[in-house]
Amino acid sequence: MRFASEFREGRLAQGLIAKIERSSHTPVNFMEFCGSHTVAIFRYGIRQVLPKTVTTLSGPGCPICVTANIDLDKAIALARSPNVITASFGDVLRVPGSYTSLQAVRAEGADVRVIYSAMDAIKIAKDNPHKQVVLLGIGFETTAPTIASSILQAEEEDLTNFLVLSWHKLSPPAMQALLNSGEVALDGLICPGHVSVITGSQAWEFIARDYQIPCVVSGFEPLDILQCIDMLVTQVEEGEARVEIAYSRGVQRGGNMVAQQLMNKVFEPCPAEWRGMGTIPASGLKLREEYSRFDAEQVFDIDPGPTREPKGCICGDVLRGVSTPLECPLFGKTCTPENPVGACMVSSEGSCFTYYLCGGKND
Amino acid sequence: MTDAILLAHGSGGKLAHQLIEETILSDISNPLLARMDDSAVIDFGGRLAFTTDSYVVNPIFFPGGDIGKLAVCGTTNDLAMSGADPAYLSLAFIIEEGFPLSDLKRVLRSIRDASCEAGVQIITGDTKVVNRGCADKLYINTAGIGKIPPGVGISGANIVPGDKIILSGPIGDHGIAIMSKREGLRFTTRLVSDCAPLSGMVAEMIATGADIHALRDPTRGGLATTLNELSKQSQVKIEIVEELIPVRDEVLGACEMLGFDPLYVANEGKLVAFVSPRDARQVLDAMRRHPYGAEAQVIGEVEEAATPSVVMKTVLGASRLIDMLVGDLLPRIC
Repeated sequence: MRFASEFREGRLAQGLIAKIERSSHTPVNFMEFCGSHTVAIFRYGIRQVLPKTVTTLSGPGCPICVTANIDLDKAIALARSPNVITASFGDVLRVPGSYTSLQAVRAEGADVRVIYSAMDAIKIAKDNPHKQVVLLGIGFETTAPTIASSILQAEEEDLTNFLVLSWHKLSPPAMQALLNSGEVALDGLICPGHVSVITGSQAWEFIARDYQIPCVVSGFEPLDILQCIDMLVTQVEEGEARVEIAYSRGVQRGGNMVAQQLMNKVFEPCPAEWRGMGTIPASGLKLREEYSRFDAEQVFDIDPGPTREPKGCICGDVLRGVSTPLECPLFGKTCTPENPVGACMVSSEGSCFTYYLCGGKND
Repeated sequence: MTDAILLAHGSGGKLAHQLIEETILSDISNPLLARMDDSAVIDFGGRLAFTTDSYVVNPIFFPGGDIGKLAVCGTTNDLAMSGADPAYLSLAFIIEEGFPLSDLKRVLRSIRDASCEAGVQIITGDTKVVNRGCADKLYINTAGIGKIPPGVGISGANIVPGDKIILSGPIGDHGIAIMSKREGLRFTTRLVSDCAPLSGMVAEMIATGADIHALRDPTRGGLATTLNELSKQSQVKIEIVEELIPVRDEVLGACEMLGFDPLYVANEGKLVAFVSPRDARQVLDAMRRHPYGAEAQVIGEVEEAATPSVVMKTVLGASRLIDMLVGDLLPRIC
């Protein structure tokens, strides 16, 4: 098994497309929660090959996009403080906060370092004992366990200069908030593959049960996504709503128990502010009391000043699936990947970026 | 434009192009510079190609090469992409205080071997040493000149509708090989950089007498960025077919893990050739006879268009617009 090329077989894909065409009669709206799915859907032109009855909508599953300006402003304020090294995953650097970005303050002289894993931040802290190292903990259930293990490592090594600014978000509560708002009518959910590796497919069972919406966990190759859509169409046509897995090489019902335990040991759920969705209860992760000495919010008195949202930007509506990027007056005009106005144009998993890069008309 | 240089301005993608066009060219442009080919072509009785490039790769030693080999291959390849036969190189070092002499010797041996293979002589040079922390180990600049044989007219501006596009081999090897050794991201792969001097293969392609319109080596920014540059330079639509583009399984796998698209990953020993359709077979055969072109493929063709663009037919038969690289190639979060 090579794990990539065999899931891109053109001939098998044609078979699946034909099968979806034959079985789909009812017009349906499916949402892909995850930004990586949006990227794959555009990258392979999946919307172009689906029958007219099947529409796919992009959801809020891009961790950078949903990070609120207030959080970005805090990180930027911290980065500008003397004696602070900010350790961040790459994409975050380019996101504009209310007034500037981490990338721009780095060019002004702030010590902002791109890391590839949370453990890199531990190394930076050990190499710079006289500086405070702030790790920007961003991401869904996929990254939270690795940040948690870095905190446990810092505890074991008695590091006093390693801190985490936790922006972690949980996917199921966001999906629930979206459904409760009633803004979008969904007939099926393409559940995130990587998140479900950790949480298990069980995390989506409440959606099938309480909202009668079919859920299928999908991988990220074109055949995975087509198979997922085929399974969703079948459920819709049969009047069923259950959770299925179209990504069995990665996902089980119970998920990764070790990762879940790590996450629960270090973090506890808290209300979190999402760009475009406001504050959602129990949708974020904060450090538990016993780890508060690693919590940048607790250790520093951060004053980011007043926040502001870019004028005319509809990132919030895009994240809720209410509007597409093409409906934004700024899209491709004042807002481009080189000079992004909103977060969704920055992240490589953002809907606006994906629409822009793939021409937008690939719809 | 931002008011300070960002790292992304050096990525070879959109911001780099913006910097060149809006800031650099606006002050010092002239007709030779404004052609924006890999080398400038000047007439000194015969036609000469002249180019320069700086090398700041991290790490300086990587699977399949090092900064020295890169400094020779990169510059001689730029000459070859103008159809020139590389003849002379300059070689300038900026060395950080404390850099081990044994490493410098190792780099010099690579420079010797690569220049020998590329058929160039190093005829002038410079060495500067800067304080520790003012440079990262070793930077190299090389400039090169080469002679363009009579009758050869290769330029990114010469592409015409109908041209066949030939890619010399699998993409992304260099970028992924480098990534696999980068601090904090190490992963095990058998992959080695494709870093190689291409002038020998280009000479054989030209020797076929085929009507070659353009050549370009897709380095930083990858194949996608190079094709975009060329479509703009010649004002044409470039159509490529995903299934025809060779990518090794190791590269595909690493790209999936990191969230990259191989189309944007750097190469250092590949070229794309735009060739008149009647001569495409001949050029393809010449490339395949050469070790650096053994896996060459026709990957698409050029069409007429009102606005330049690059479009790829995906494995599902859909079409996808391909843009230049934007910003740096950074691993995804989740």
